[in-house]
Amino acid sequence: MNTITAELEPLTTITETVSLQPDALESEAIYIFREVVAQFEKPVLLFSGGKDSITLVRLAQKAFYPSKIPFPLMHIDTGHNFPETIAFRDKLVEELGVELIVRKVQDSIDQGKVVEETGKYASRNMLQTTTLLDAIEEFKFDACIGGARRDEEKARAKERIFSVRDDFGQWDEKNQRPELFDMLNGAIEIGQNVRVFPISNWTELDVWSYIESEGIEIPSIYFAHKRNIFVRDGLIWSAEDDVVFRAEDEVVEERMVRFRTVGDMSCTAAVLSYADSIEKVVAEIRESQISERGARIDDKRSEAAMEKRKQQGYF
Amino acid sequence: MEVLKIATAGSVDDGKSTLIGRLLYDTKSLTEDKLEAIKKSSEQRGYDYLDFSLATDGLVAEREQGITIDVAHIYFSTAKKSYIIADTPGHVEYTRNMVTGASTSQVAIILIDARKGVIEQTYRHFFINNLLRVKEVIVAINKMDLVGYDEAVFENIKRDFEALNARSTFNDQRLTYIPVSALKGDNVVSSANAMPWYQGDTILDHLENLKAEDVYQSGQVRFPVQTVIRPKTADFHDFRGYAGKIYGGSLKVGDAVTVLPSLTASKIKEIYFFDKKYEQAAAGSAVNITLEDDINVTRGDMLVKQNEIPKIEKEINATVCWMDSKQLQTGTKYIVQHNTNKVLSKIAGINNVVTTDYNGTVSADNKLKLNEIGEVSIKLSKPIYFDSYQENKSNGAFILIDAQTNATAGVGFIN
Repeated sequence: MNTITAELEPLTTITETVSLQPDALESEAIYIFREVVAQFEKPVLLFSGGKDSITLVRLAQKAFYPSKIPFPLMHIDTGHNFPETIAFRDKLVEELGVELIVRKVQDSIDQGKVVEETGKYASRNMLQTTTLLDAIEEFKFDACIGGARRDEEKARAKERIFSVRDDFGQWDEKNQRPELFDMLNGAIEIGQNVRVFPISNWTELDVWSYIESEGIEIPSIYFAHKRNIFVRDGLIWSAEDDVVFRAEDEVVEERMVRFRTVGDMSCTAAVLSYADSIEKVVAEIRESQISERGARIDDKRSEAAMEKRKQQGYF
Repeated sequence: MEVLKIATAGSVDDGKSTLIGRLLYDTKSLTEDKLEAIKKSSEQRGYDYLDFSLATDGLVAEREQGITIDVAHIYFSTAKKSYIIADTPGHVEYTRNMVTGASTSQVAIILIDARKGVIEQTYRHFFINNLLRVKEVIVAINKMDLVGYDEAVFENIKRDFEALNARSTFNDQRLTYIPVSALKGDNVVSSANAMPWYQGDTILDHLENLKAEDVYQSGQVRFPVQTVIRPKTADFHDFRGYAGKIYGGSLKVGDAVTVLPSLTASKIKEIYFFDKKYEQAAAGSAVNITLEDDINVTRGDMLVKQNEIPKIEKEINATVCWMDSKQLQTGTKYIVQHNTNKVLSKIAGINNVVTTDYNGTVSADNKLKLNEIGEVSIKLSKPIYFDSYQENKSNGAFILIDAQTNATAGVGFIN
């Protein structure tokens, strides 16, 4: 009998004799993922190809193993992507065997729903909201899981784990549901949706440490590499493509840089760095005197930039 | 890394923002760009000091009015621990926010202005921490610089607080008194030369050394099932796992368990965490459990050890904190969410309103208004399996959901 039982066991599973000691933040995130699947009919994971959404994917794998991740990934594509990120995205999706939905900001522009910004600070970051809301309506998603963290920005610090949006996608920041203990209330009306943030309580360092300890693969632009750049307003911009507006008098030079966040290229600045391995990146974050969003021009538009975007349905 | 969750409650005048700002600043958790933003906003508002509340009051409405309205979460870390502060407003009209903040915290910091001593607001903060049974309480007596760092002032306040503590019904609480000046940085992160009479730890040292229990204290093991995992793949064809988080204690392979509410008995066959199996898993683990027997288990069910069955009843009495502008009334119906279980309920009676200043109870007149706390009896359409909050936090708390608006309208602690 023993041999038969052994044969039925999947070969990859080894029984650990040590007691499982939970990591509080990891457990919390896994718990949240399972609440989403239990409380909603059509969840989706918003996947940008950035480190936070890659971390979400790993946590989702852990939450449902040995099942596949039971919801699709969706990329709201600004068209201003780092090519490395797209290649990475496609490889990951294939490995996971999950569905990938891509909805393009360019289509929203072509349909005349949004107008492209122009000038020095033009970005498609704001335009994403329309594409996202249209996609939510198209697929009737009732829960959109995102990798936003409360430590990123002060309006995000006020965000709930289950954040209810009305049928216009709006965040009612003054009337949020209290979240007590572990109990998450996902009850909504038809047309409403919930934005879910499983890594709300993680910091940038927590994410990087997790990527290190789990050995999670991330796109190469997060590591130091040579790149043609130019400097504007003290921020370092990629000069290797046409996406970022560059005036003629802005001088291009080659430097060792890496990116701390991977958003729309037009609003994501690089940092000077020699950190070419995950260990070095973690060490660099630990010592850093500039916050992650210090290199995001989208937050610098005003003190309340994030709050305003969220009210309009930004994720 | 070890995570410690802290709740602070207080008004701007107590120096709460200054204290948090000081913790961030002295642990070098404020990056240059964030600090620069605070400097700029402070200058714009005409302040000649750094107003750290501008960093934590994340909403326009809060910055306009100079008050904290909603819970903000603040993060910092040392080489030893990651800290999460739930910063909540201290006024009576924000009682629900204080309760929310305290519900997920292992430690509470109660701030007292050394010039004012123990005041009504202190009573309320302490009362809420008693009600929620927060074990570790730091009483930070702030603005010591404004009373000449006088030991007698500190001792007097300590004595008054001890008198307050004598009225509390929760005796497991550990109180730590620390004299501080958040403005000058005395005893927040670094110790104070100005107070040689104080030999104890600074706030940060105390937090660093604290062996705080999980939010949910240890007790009998409870495993509320969140979802059933059925992969139906070739390797896992007949696999049926119950996903959930373990509360109260640890579970191990071979444990004899009972499934609630069916009272079916079985044994734990495997404990999965991702692609590994474990012989045993500690409280707080988000695992996937299989049973020896093929029995019916769904979301909302609970696994417990066979000799540790909780109460299974259709009527409960609870202390309820009301959180909705629409008041709670006798005879109305709400959905009770208890762990992962949802049951329709009817408010059978509102027996009294509890004062938050230890002055007993007053008549409720069949109503409980926003931010009021009262004793409520509830009838349930189906039995729930619960412990008293006193015995088992995770299995003794529930929320009330308004079926019309879907709002989380209240929180209850079962007596």
